[in-house]
Amino acid sequence: MATPVMDKAQATATADYITATFRIRRFNPEESDAVIWEDFQITIDPKERVLDALHKIKWDTDGTLTFRRSCAHGICGSDAMRINGRNRLACKTLIKDINPDKPITVEPIKGLTVLKDLVVDMEPFFQAFRDVMPFLVTEGNEPTRERLQSAEDRERFDDTTKCILCAACTSSCPVFWNDGQYFGPAAIVNAHRFIFDSRDEAGEQRLEILNDKDGVWRCRTTFNCTDACPRGIEVTKAIQEVKRALITRRF
Amino acid sequence: MSTDTSGAIDGVTLYDVDNPAPVIEPPRKRTKKTPKGGGTNFEMIAWLFMRLSGIVLVVLVIGHLLIQLVLDGGVSKIGFAFVAGRWASPWWQTWDLVMLWLAMLHGANGLRTVINDYAERDNTRFWLKMLLYTATVFTILLGTLVIFTFDPNIS
Ligand code: HEM
Ligand code: FES
Repeated sequence: MATPVMDKAQATATADYITATFRIRRFNPEESDAVIWEDFQITIDPKERVLDALHKIKWDTDGTLTFRRSCAHGICGSDAMRINGRNRLACKTLIKDINPDKPITVEPIKGLTVLKDLVVDMEPFFQAFRDVMPFLVTEGNEPTRERLQSAEDRERFDDTTKCILCAACTSSCPVFWNDGQYFGPAAIVNAHRFIFDSRDEAGEQRLEILNDKDGVWRCRTTFNCTDACPRGIEVTKAIQEVKRALITRRF
Repeated sequence: MSTDTSGAIDGVTLYDVDNPAPVIEPPRKRTKKTPKGGGTNFEMIAWLFMRLSGIVLVVLVIGHLLIQLVLDGGVSKIGFAFVAGRWASPWWQTWDLVMLWLAMLHGANGLRTVINDYAERDNTRFWLKMLLYTATVFTILLGTLVIFTFDPNIS
């Protein structure tokens, strides 16, 4: 026996659903070394996020669709991907904001080896991160209380503490796309976070690491990284501050 | 639609059983050539040179364009006599010489970074740079030679 009340509730719940096409770049090395674009048409609330659409496709249509996500709330940095040609977090991109009238393209981030579908090998990215020593370095004995810092000193590097290592910036950088040897914006941002921390004592060492032939000087100031950052970090500005520190501390 | 991704670079096949996808050489591999650090390096000097020469070039190039193309009758006045008149003065000789060197070195270094960023194969990169350096050296030497040996009485 149908209950009219429930029917009505269902009808209103689906009233503003739309049909959107997701054009996803598929790659499965176990099947073929060729890349194909596959279209998925789904019915979804446009106020949902691209990540919800990917879930819907994976759970209801094609279980082989492979992508990373963990927190689903823009904190873990797992699901950076190229959506309509721009690097974004799938979990922070609402479908209504990216024109669902046309097919929405979803690709893996560029410049890193694609392992399967939207999953890339993040190892080169993390290696560059490790290389800038992203941890507090101090000398002398361990203090008996916290290392205090003034509010202004904390403010100096506040912006670069926000990085979630999603690789949206580094994989949006045309210099990184070329050979993957450039340290990349994310590594420089994380070096910045310690170089300008008054408690840290290895700033000079980190600057020297970034004075490399593939360090900050390869930055061409295209601002792709700043546009791509899902956390709104002024990435290009941070890179310029590192360049300036390298020059002013040497001359 | 399908895209071929098997672009082998520098003769190395990008696929095998363990690496089904194109391999990107891991960055930051420490090699003998990795700089040990120590003050300045070429990339830093090159970066600084681009900014400093750029500032000087603004003055030199805009001045040059004004004199050649705008002031005093514009392009129609340019001829052998006009050039001869200007190069009679050491001031304009120096202006043109500095502009030639700065613009050539600035442009060449700019193209060097463009080649570094966009050439995919080491071989292509090497030969494009050789072509660039040859053209740069040739133009700088020829230009310098002409500025110093210009003969207004040539027949
Ligand atoms: C008129 C004043 C000029 C200024 C202020 C200027 C400034 C600059 C700066 C700051 C860069 C570095 C960009 C970067 O590293 O991100 C650059 C790059 C470059 N410049 Fe100039 N420049 C000037 C004139 C010229 C001239 C006359 C030439 C050609 C002979 C030239 C050719 C180039 C090239 C090819 C690049 C590389 C492009 C790139 O890196 O994207 N510039 N310029
Ligand atoms: S899933 Fe964690 S950042 Fe999007």
